[in-house]
Amino acid sequence: MIAEKTGLGKADSKLVMSFMWVTFISLLIGGLMGLLQTLVRTGNYTLPFGIGYYQILTVHGVILGLVLTTFFIIGFQFSLMAKTVGMTHKQRQWAWVSFWVMLTGTIASAIMILLGKASVLYTFYAPLKAHPIFYFGLTFVVVGSWIACFVNFHQLYQWKKKHQGEHSPLLAFMVVINMLMWFICTLGVAATVLIQFIPWSLGLVGEINILVSRTLFWYFGHPLVYFWLLPAYMAWYAILPKIIGGKIFSDSLARLAFILFLIFSIPVGFHHQLLEPGIDPMWKYIQVVLTFAVIIPSLLTAFSMFATFEITGRQKGYTGLFGWFRHLPWKDVRFFAPFMGMVAFIPAGAGGIINASNQMNQVVHNTIWVTGHFHLTLATTVILTFFGITYWLVPVLTGRKIDKKINTLGMTQTIVWLVGMFFMSGSMHLAGLLGAPRRSAFSDYQGSAQAAEWIGYQYGQAIGGSILFIGILIMLYNFFYMTFKAPKGVEEFPIAEAPDGSEPTPLVLENWKLWIGITVVLIAFAYTIPFVDIIQNSPPGSPPFEWPIGNG
Amino acid sequence: MHMHKYEKIWMASGVGTLLVFLIVLGIGAFYQGTQPPSCMVTLDPQNVQAHEAFKEENLGLQQLGEKEYTLNVLATAFNYDFGKDEDGNNVKTIRIPAGSKVMFQATTEDVIHGFQLAGTNVNMMLEPGYISTLETTLDNPGTYTLICNEYCGTGHHLMTATVEVYEE
Ligand code: HEM
Ligand SMILES: [Cu+2]
Ligand SMILES: [Cu+2]
Repeated sequence: MIAEKTGLGKADSKLVMSFMWVTFISLLIGGLMGLLQTLVRTGNYTLPFGIGYYQILTVHGVILGLVLTTFFIIGFQFSLMAKTVGMTHKQRQWAWVSFWVMLTGTIASAIMILLGKASVLYTFYAPLKAHPIFYFGLTFVVVGSWIACFVNFHQLYQWKKKHQGEHSPLLAFMVVINMLMWFICTLGVAATVLIQFIPWSLGLVGEINILVSRTLFWYFGHPLVYFWLLPAYMAWYAILPKIIGGKIFSDSLARLAFILFLIFSIPVGFHHQLLEPGIDPMWKYIQVVLTFAVIIPSLLTAFSMFATFEITGRQKGYTGLFGWFRHLPWKDVRFFAPFMGMVAFIPAGAGGIINASNQMNQVVHNTIWVTGHFHLTLATTVILTFFGITYWLVPVLTGRKIDKKINTLGMTQTIVWLVGMFFMSGSMHLAGLLGAPRRSAFSDYQGSAQAAEWIGYQYGQAIGGSILFIGILIMLYNFFYMTFKAPKGVEEFPIAEAPDGSEPTPLVLENWKLWIGITVVLIAFAYTIPFVDIIQNSPPGSPPFEWPIGNG
Repeated sequence: MHMHKYEKIWMASGVGTLLVFLIVLGIGAFYQGTQPPSCMVTLDPQNVQAHEAFKEENLGLQQLGEKEYTLNVLATAFNYDFGKDEDGNNVKTIRIPAGSKVMFQATTEDVIHGFQLAGTNVNMMLEPGYISTLETTLDNPGTYTLICNEYCGTGHHLMTATVEVYEE
């Protein structure tokens, strides 16, 4: 019965729920670490049992940056694919394989971090050396996600075979774009882990090429952030319009925006390496220019969102310059949470422009400003949108309904999160401008007067962090409530339609060979010459260092 | 593909602003020469002393001329080595007269480190095998904290030194 109405069968629901469980358990563990970090950084709190600051920071970064995000995204995308193009029994079995492979990898890496053998942070820069099992664990997470990629590709392929000449459903198209980007970019991190880190950490080779490993890492590291963002955009483009009772603004423009994200999010990794020696400044600038090209699809997105809101409001008869705006469903958490995520993206995007601005990066690089920045982009825009999705997705999966209670709790959760983030991210930004470094335990820097000025902001972060942690507890309660307690019923899986009488979507938008081709050519353009340069001018490599992280 | 008129205006003004912005960055970088630090000189990270600048006796502040200095720094976990003073003690504070042009020249013997003089625009990464350089004029007198801002291990937050810019 549920299956008929919501379009998601029991078997699919169980699969997606497993991903949700990992997501929310990760949120609790990672959030607790975040809270502890802010407390340590006030200088008034010491971690118990000899646990190190950098150990919990590694847990926080890996669990929230890599695990929570990947599990939520892959689970959510499976639900979108199952709903729009269907999932066969065989595909579902492979989806389960991807889940277990990823989970095995996560647990293996987590054990190494908890044993204190891998306090290398989630970016694991060489030549700091973690236990080899840490790298194997990460490999499993990536390989598991590749299985999910190929399941998604196969799902769309089968649908296309049955629906010759038709357009793929918008959400399926978007999922495939995101997974294509993910596959292409994870090749870089897989290469550095498999070819460089693993043999070196096992002692099979003596030295590692640092700049090559960092360049491969950042070839992956920037698209990683778009891999987080695009699922939020899927919800904004194709789900929110339905929630507010309207239609998609333009199917073609939505597809175009996603294609542009695919093309422009990969050949840009140097903007994370602007202050590094050994890379020609000309190529840094070229990649900065390419970085800014993602502003184009971002502008398209902003326009589409507000156009949808306005058109819907006016169709409902709300006139005046802002009547449509006042009458948006502000009291529906499925709208409110993602909308506040969008609002956070305005300062977050402005901060991002500063970070990527070639020489201007020098002012903020590796200061806590950067941490403030991605707690707005990732931990607010993306996470609030994911929470907004959760409020209908979990009830759909568990055969329950959103009731008034969960809506109120959800609204409260969103507000608590925004207040907490205002304090935490705000004080991170300000302290960063004064020069306070990121990724640093409490220190008075030998009594430096400058460092004394940062402490007030560190208290600000702890206040914000405590409020955020309350937000996490509310969210976990909401998740449990929606899983076990909410009233049984049929909740709608909201998918918006294209407006009536809209022009047909141009077929070229689904010319996969063309777009993948352009993507590859652009990557080759942005990376070939500087990469060959880096290899040819390499200094001798580096042996592994274990003692700085407290081992050996 | 149909585009609304307002959307065309929106996109054109957005992209136009972007182009102006990128041109400004480009002029700053290539015409005025404010490039991000991108030194291309390499050395053997396990034998940095083979390089002139990082020989024991050349570490620390070297005066090149009237208000012109080079500061050679060798970073290791968790210390910035500025060489030794006349009494054979490790130098922990560097004193430079205000208005001096200073070339910061640094490398690392072990893992990656940061090199940030808080309150100035001096900020760069130190990577094994590479020399990092950055030239700046220190105009404002004051006491500045040199900080490692790239994670380098358990003592990362203790890796610090002081630069005093004094009025003459
Ligand atoms: C209770 C909520 C949270 C608190 C209190 C918190 C706090 C912090 C703090 C203080 C840092 C920086 C520590 C340092 O640089 O020394 C940090 C880093 C980080 N946070 Fe959070 N955070 C929270 C939620 C999140 C969420 C929801 C995400 C992602 C979904 C996230 C992702 C990250 C990442 C990726 C880092 C970087 C770790 C690194 O630099 O190695 N955080 N967080
Ligand atoms: Cu980036
Ligand atoms: Cu450090």
